[in-house]
Amino acid sequence: MTNHSTDDAPSSASKQDATAAGDGLQDAQGDSAVARAVTIAKPAAEVYAYFRDFANLPTFMENVVSIDVRDDRTSHWVVKAPAGQTVEWDAIVTEDEPNRLIAWTSAEGADVPNSGRVEFRDAGQRGTVVTATILYDPPLGVVGKVVAKLFQREPAIQARRDLNRFKQLMETGEIATAAVNKAQYEKEGI
Amino acid sequence: MRALTWHGKHDVRMDTVPDPEIVNPRDAVIKVTSTAICGSDLHLYDHYIPTMQAGDILGHEFMGEVVEVGAKSTLKKGQRVVVPFTISCGSCYHCNKHQYSACPNGLPADNQDIARQPYGHEMAGLFGYSHMTGGYAGGQAEYVRVPFSDVGPIVIPDGVPDDKVLFLSDILPTGWQAAEYAEIEPGDTVAVWGCGPVGLFAIQSAFLMGAERVIAIDHFPNRLALAKRFGAETINFEESATYDALMTMTGGIGPDAVIDAVGLEAHGLFLDNVIDQIKASTFLGTDRIHALRQAIIACRKGGRVSMPAVYGGFVDKFPLGAFMEKGLTLKTGQTHVQHYMPGLLNAIMEDKIDTEFLISHRMPLEDAPKGYKMFHDEQNETTKIVLKTA
Repeated sequence: MTNHSTDDAPSSASKQDATAAGDGLQDAQGDSAVARAVTIAKPAAEVYAYFRDFANLPTFMENVVSIDVRDDRTSHWVVKAPAGQTVEWDAIVTEDEPNRLIAWTSAEGADVPNSGRVEFRDAGQRGTVVTATILYDPPLGVVGKVVAKLFQREPAIQARRDLNRFKQLMETGEIATAAVNKAQYEKEGI
Repeated sequence: MRALTWHGKHDVRMDTVPDPEIVNPRDAVIKVTSTAICGSDLHLYDHYIPTMQAGDILGHEFMGEVVEVGAKSTLKKGQRVVVPFTISCGSCYHCNKHQYSACPNGLPADNQDIARQPYGHEMAGLFGYSHMTGGYAGGQAEYVRVPFSDVGPIVIPDGVPDDKVLFLSDILPTGWQAAEYAEIEPGDTVAVWGCGPVGLFAIQSAFLMGAERVIAIDHFPNRLALAKRFGAETINFEESATYDALMTMTGGIGPDAVIDAVGLEAHGLFLDNVIDQIKASTFLGTDRIHALRQAIIACRKGGRVSMPAVYGGFVDKFPLGAFMEKGLTLKTGQTHVQHYMPGLLNAIMEDKIDTEFLISHRMPLEDAPKGYKMFHDEQNETTKIVLKTA
């Protein structure tokens, strides 16, 4: 861990250490990290509650095909990967502080070992700052990451887009689309 | 349905395309009755704006009748509405501050990334104005899907003709905001570059806000005549030296506020403009800012610069030294249409603002390609074209 006493920038902005965003994660898994923040004009309790029900996540996470919630701590994720493939894993909640924090790690045997946390910080009149940090092993290693970029499914881009969709859903009750009709909407997805 | 579609530089066509439907709960579908061609549509026509795709439906100034409503729309079938060109949610941080054109929630998340690299942030969702602003189908069509119909469209009282209120969708609020951003004080002299629709509405607005004099600058005699009609003094920049004229007309002080209502395709045979044109055509620069340069040089010390004109990219030879040394203030941005619509509708109903004077041509939607060519080629005679559906 680097410690720049004259640099208050978040560790996810580090130019030196690609995994710095994952500092402090319990059961950290993976070599690549992304961290993204978005401010949502709703109270932390409301934002946390929607997110904590993992069955809601596919409504705004474009690549998540399904999440099967097995119990309070365990869920099974099926996620789109490049070239029409899917990857799957069981996620286990490692930390859960209501209205403040959710953290998870993938169980053994995950197609893409990953871990992460989503923090909810009260921002007063502006609502809630939601910060997502994800640590992962890119599918198929470095080559997979390059391929994923071509398909714009690179996790850093994906995380930002998913968070922006989450913001839209919480603030407006819907997710913006330019589709002119339902057929086009079904075809293009969220 | 029939719609005007973009296919490339100076290539727009009437096509038959799928009808729009309700997709999201807050949507409405509007049957367009009147829709205008905007000066900023010419930037698309000239292919100055990036991220256009063949087949995109243009048009962001439109009004019509509500024919379908989603579960959470507050509109009713049969109501007549004018639709703001910005797609704003009404409930985010920016909308709560009435900065509607800064709303991120009208723009699909994937499209948000397009502007993030050049601008640092996403743009607002706009109708019919490239994929950087969402790739939404526009209003030069028989029908339009309108998102956030519970906060955007304004209902028009029965009996008020389309032509009187259509410009609430963009150019009237844009001209009004331009004058507001000039922070006019009683007794001020305001200079307006460009007597297109936005400039002409800025002139009317400036007088309503207490300007003592407005000086309008253009080179189309017909447009200068319209400016005169609202009490502006005029400078034809092809016949007179603008800076010299302004300084003499203001007793050596310069205008207290200047408004650039010209934008990225400034006309005129000036050395800096010719260089800008060469650079734009060779991709060394993107925008031509002759009018803005001239406005900054002419503006009095401590004065205000208001810039409703559309710019998309980078410029050079921005007179940064003059701007700093004279202590100027610049205010600009896409228009917060929803903020201004109710007050301006009242102003129209009370006959404080004239709108219909602007319309030089009315034609059927089917003739839209001809309309674009006319508006582009004959700017003196063509001040505003309104397209009517059958």
